[in-house]
Amino acid sequence: MIETFAALADPNRFRIVELLRSGPHAVNDIGERLQLNQPQVSKHLRVLKEAGLVDVQPRAQQRLYELRAQPLRQLHEWLERYHQLWDERFEAMDELIQELQQEEKSHGRSKK
Amino acid sequence: MAEARSESPRSATSMELKSDREILISRTFRAPARIVFDAWTRPEFVKRWWAPKSHCADLVDIQADVRVGGSYRYHVRSGGNAFSFYGTYSEVTPHTRLVYTQIFEPFPDSPVQVTVTFEERDGRTHLVSHEVYPSKEALEGALASGMEHGLRETMDQLDELVASML
Repeated sequence: MIETFAALADPNRFRIVELLRSGPHAVNDIGERLQLNQPQVSKHLRVLKEAGLVDVQPRAQQRLYELRAQPLRQLHEWLERYHQLWDERFEAMDELIQELQQEEKSHGRSKK
Repeated sequence: MAEARSESPRSATSMELKSDREILISRTFRAPARIVFDAWTRPEFVKRWWAPKSHCADLVDIQADVRVGGSYRYHVRSGGNAFSFYGTYSEVTPHTRLVYTQIFEPFPDSPVQVTVTFEERDGRTHLVSHEVYPSKEALEGALASGMEHGLRETMDQLDELVASML
């Protein structure tokens, strides 16, 4: 799953993924739109394909690359869960901290 | 660098994947750093927040010797299982900065390096916890365990579905 993130960590690959959100594109089309040369685009697409983020469809003479949303969705879901755990921890910590501050105020601040 | 962020609008907790083995978690508290630092480190306080109710785990024992070379151990019970998180402090600057390892007992070979900073400004404290995992697989494991609860519910639903199909 982290392959998803590693694949997206490269700015150009991220741009490719963003472009593919609008629909399938051919390699030369991607290169033109993002001003990258074809070997570069092919290399990035290979990484994205290995991470399961894109699929290839042959159409007429071309190979069209399209986005697969599933790995992105899963990574987002995992992050959300971990985020939720920490959010709950911090909520409880916040409550505790308010209490500690109240206590400090009522006992005066000279002790610490 | 592309950043994967997860931040819901009502929550003040922010989380960021820094790389494929680093997570940054941060939050601002309305209190001076010394109070936030105490809440983070002192066992009697840790007990109050570290194991949220929805996480289905109880903190049964906490020990922490918060000084350089000192160690800590959080003992957790969940269902019929007991396990520990433990580690050693390598840097302790009161109210400012902590560096320690965090090891989850079943996986002693995967220590997470945690750096926590407490930055006070105008009576508020910005806390940042920087977790560095030994490998991307270890980070993935931590994220997946945060998901365990939801996964179990899904499995239950699947069980039900399968049962109804028989």
